[in-house]
Amino acid sequence: MTYIKPTFRHPALPKNKISFAKADYEGAISTLCAGCGHDSISGSIVQACYEMSIEPHKLAKISGIGCSSKTPTYFLSNSHGFNSVHGRMPSVTTGANMANRDLIYLGVSGDGDTASIGMGQFVHAIRRNLNMVYIVMNNGCYGLTKGQDSATADFGSVSKPGSVNQFQAIDLVGMALELNATFVARSFSGDKTQLIPLIKAAMSHPGFAFIDVISPCVTFNNNKGSTKSYDFVRDHIEATSVLDFVPQKDEITVSYEEGNSATVPLHDGSLIELRKLSPEWNPTDRYSAFVRLQKAKMKGEILTGLLYIDPESTELHDLMGTTDVPLNTLREAELCPGNATLESINQNFR
Amino acid sequence: MSAIVNDMVIRFANVNGTGSASANSMFSKAIFRMGLPVSPKNIFPSNIQGLPTWYEVRINENGYLGRRAGIDVMVGINPQSFAKDMASVKPGGYFVYDSTKPLYEDMMREDIHFIGIPMMKISMDFFEVPRLQQLFKNIIYVGALAALLDIEMEVIKQIIEEQFEKKPKLVPPNFKALDAGYNYAKEHYDCPLNVRLERRDNVGDHILMEGNEATALGAIYGGATVAGWYPITPSTSVVKAFETHCKKLRIDPKTGKKNYAIVQAEDELAAMGMVIGATWNGARAFTSTSGPGVSLMSEFIGLAYFAEIPVVLVNVQRGGPSTGMPTRTQQPDILSSAYASHGDTKHILLFPSTPTECFEMMADCFDLADRFQTPVILMSDLDLGMNDHMTKPLKWDDNRTYDLGKVYDAEDLEKLEEYGRYLDIDNDGICYRTIPGTHPTKGSFFTRGTSRDEYARYSESGAVYVRVVNRILKKWETAKKYVPKPQMYQEEYKSKKGIIFFGTTTYAALEAMEMFEKEGIKLDAMRITAFPFNETVEDFIEQHEEIFVIEQNRDAQLRSLIINELDIIPAKLIKAVNYDGMPITAQTIMDLIMEKLSVAINN
Repeated sequence: MTYIKPTFRHPALPKNKISFAKADYEGAISTLCAGCGHDSISGSIVQACYEMSIEPHKLAKISGIGCSSKTPTYFLSNSHGFNSVHGRMPSVTTGANMANRDLIYLGVSGDGDTASIGMGQFVHAIRRNLNMVYIVMNNGCYGLTKGQDSATADFGSVSKPGSVNQFQAIDLVGMALELNATFVARSFSGDKTQLIPLIKAAMSHPGFAFIDVISPCVTFNNNKGSTKSYDFVRDHIEATSVLDFVPQKDEITVSYEEGNSATVPLHDGSLIELRKLSPEWNPTDRYSAFVRLQKAKMKGEILTGLLYIDPESTELHDLMGTTDVPLNTLREAELCPGNATLESINQNFR
Repeated sequence: MSAIVNDMVIRFANVNGTGSASANSMFSKAIFRMGLPVSPKNIFPSNIQGLPTWYEVRINENGYLGRRAGIDVMVGINPQSFAKDMASVKPGGYFVYDSTKPLYEDMMREDIHFIGIPMMKISMDFFEVPRLQQLFKNIIYVGALAALLDIEMEVIKQIIEEQFEKKPKLVPPNFKALDAGYNYAKEHYDCPLNVRLERRDNVGDHILMEGNEATALGAIYGGATVAGWYPITPSTSVVKAFETHCKKLRIDPKTGKKNYAIVQAEDELAAMGMVIGATWNGARAFTSTSGPGVSLMSEFIGLAYFAEIPVVLVNVQRGGPSTGMPTRTQQPDILSSAYASHGDTKHILLFPSTPTECFEMMADCFDLADRFQTPVILMSDLDLGMNDHMTKPLKWDDNRTYDLGKVYDAEDLEKLEEYGRYLDIDNDGICYRTIPGTHPTKGSFFTRGTSRDEYARYSESGAVYVRVVNRILKKWETAKKYVPKPQMYQEEYKSKKGIIFFGTTTYAALEAMEMFEKEGIKLDAMRITAFPFNETVEDFIEQHEEIFVIEQNRDAQLRSLIINELDIIPAKLIKAVNYDGMPITAQTIMDLIMEKLSVAINN
């Protein structure tokens, strides 16, 4: 069932620049398990949209099937949402984006929805540099069907009933880098200070912005021996940087120590300010991201943070040369060439 | 023997990938411009280069456009298929071949005429580059045929000039090759042959166009801006033509940017996902595929049906099942399209029978899809899609506006107290949708493939579910009034027996009806143009005792659909089917029905 929250807002609630309270970005009450990592991610999405002063109707949330894909009901109830079919969120988002290039497209998926049934669509959305935010709520298991291993479950990870995973994990972040994704990040559902600025930066990025968020499944994959449990992730987490997102026209308020800091300007005038935690890594150098990722892997660390961003990213519409106006606003005058034109076409077929 | 004028079947046996297609279509176009109805068919392999391919043209001044069996003139260019090609010529017919190398004498038949033209030798005498020798060999046989069949050379030359308008340097060598073939035939044979052509004025203002091209134009005129697609024979040329015409007709004059977006998807699933995403977001979108693609898209089609999202899908049918006969024609996807996807689903189908109808119905598909917020499938086939057909010129009513169906805009939403996506306010089963981005706080809803209530909220209540699926069925009833009516071929019923046909069977069925007439057999006829079937279809079936359903598939799928949907006693509908992958002929229809009529009489 979908539970609806009361819509009454206390008049004294703080508002953002466009006079919306944070509550205006919330959704229905979650029906996920208490403590589910996904709910924290939903919370970060709400916070990011509130702080970015996004008009709710200028964002569309699209998902596939699974626990993760249920979450769009639990945030941004003033935005249109689409819970499509399993593994097919990227194609629906592609079509939606083709129809209206002016909205922000927030795709939500899970590890089953992306790394198994949806792998084909995931990689092709990357290839095309579709302008969207792609969040994978990654818990290494199939929750709705009661805890089977997913394709991102690490080799050797122990499941709740005690079996040891014999198969190699698909590392979505490594894959996205390999496929030249123009924005690649990983985060942890329990680390909102990192996740919120990442979501904001991803929404400002013109192109495919991928965030793999480790999000423990409290019911089926939070046991001892699991590499996706809260405890394991907290013990093994390692970040590339401490980052802050500075929206367009805002002043930079954080200052990081010189030498370690980097500023990445985004297309829309906003900035990513970050303090690098590793000297050999550079956020705009894909190769250094690879190296850093591999090193972390060898050490058994879960590397989080912004891994790579291409500030020169050109999104699909610009690659294709689509008109600047959303295609869904065009009508007969622009679309229908009329009978006189048809007459001359006929003439070519006589 | 008196000459046979303007009634022949000529077949070209070529090797695919040798440039023969362009010469062959030049041949057809020339005859068409002599005022003669032509009906060319490509019979091609699923291959790029080196295998046998045929091009068969029926020329008939009375305008019979269906295929006819029996070959009067065979142009045998392909040694691989000589034996088979020679065997397929009618007694008394002609075998025109490349006599650069002699034919094996033991292959030759005594009951047909052999006309040797040293095509390759002539070509080698005139042209040095091997590739050109190959290409001009094709023009040489067109020239020879002009002499043999009495095709007007000026007409062919004009076509060549038009074809190479932008490369005028290529005109003289083409003329040279054409003249060489013509002169050789004139000098060595008694031209024209007994089977010959004469100018008539029997094509009016018709055009000669492939169905897929017309479908693409229908998409442009119908306002499609987004196409998601995956290549598959025989539908590929729909999107190809869409793109070609868009490049001319859909460029923003101020910015030079595209008023369209075509995405070649990773597979058919994604192609359909893109269409659904785009139409959900308020654009008109379509995809084009064939049977295997429809199978792959089925899950998404069910989503669109249940979540009530407009979808336009073109199914250019080919021989199934599985990969089947990918380069042969059939009508084998009636049931799989009508009921695509799991659960209780049914979809609006339109059945064009000419390129003109491909154009008109494709444009209609967008209005129907938006009006009923559901998938609409244009049921074309390989014969219609990939062959040139003589068809009425395409026309567009400039006063026509797009029917975008029930969509609330921001102003509507302002006035509303409460919005429910699936509320049946008008009691016709069709609800009001909103497009993302319309209003900051009103009109948003959650689209889902799960059961939901009138406010788009997830629901597991049986009562809610039944209410929703019954309301969708009400929409189906409403649709019966909107889809095209069947075509009747008599003012009033004159018989208790009737025939039903649809799509490309129409050409042969019309010819067969004249044959029945001559035999004194009275049959009423109805052409199905859409599913759901409306009252006229029901009435036709009710008013007749015995009805032959003519189809190009093994199991008479339209018959099954009619029986299932209209609760007909199955024995009343008798199947008359042809499914060898070749377009059905009038004679086949005649034979199938005569056989069953006599069974009925004997009983």
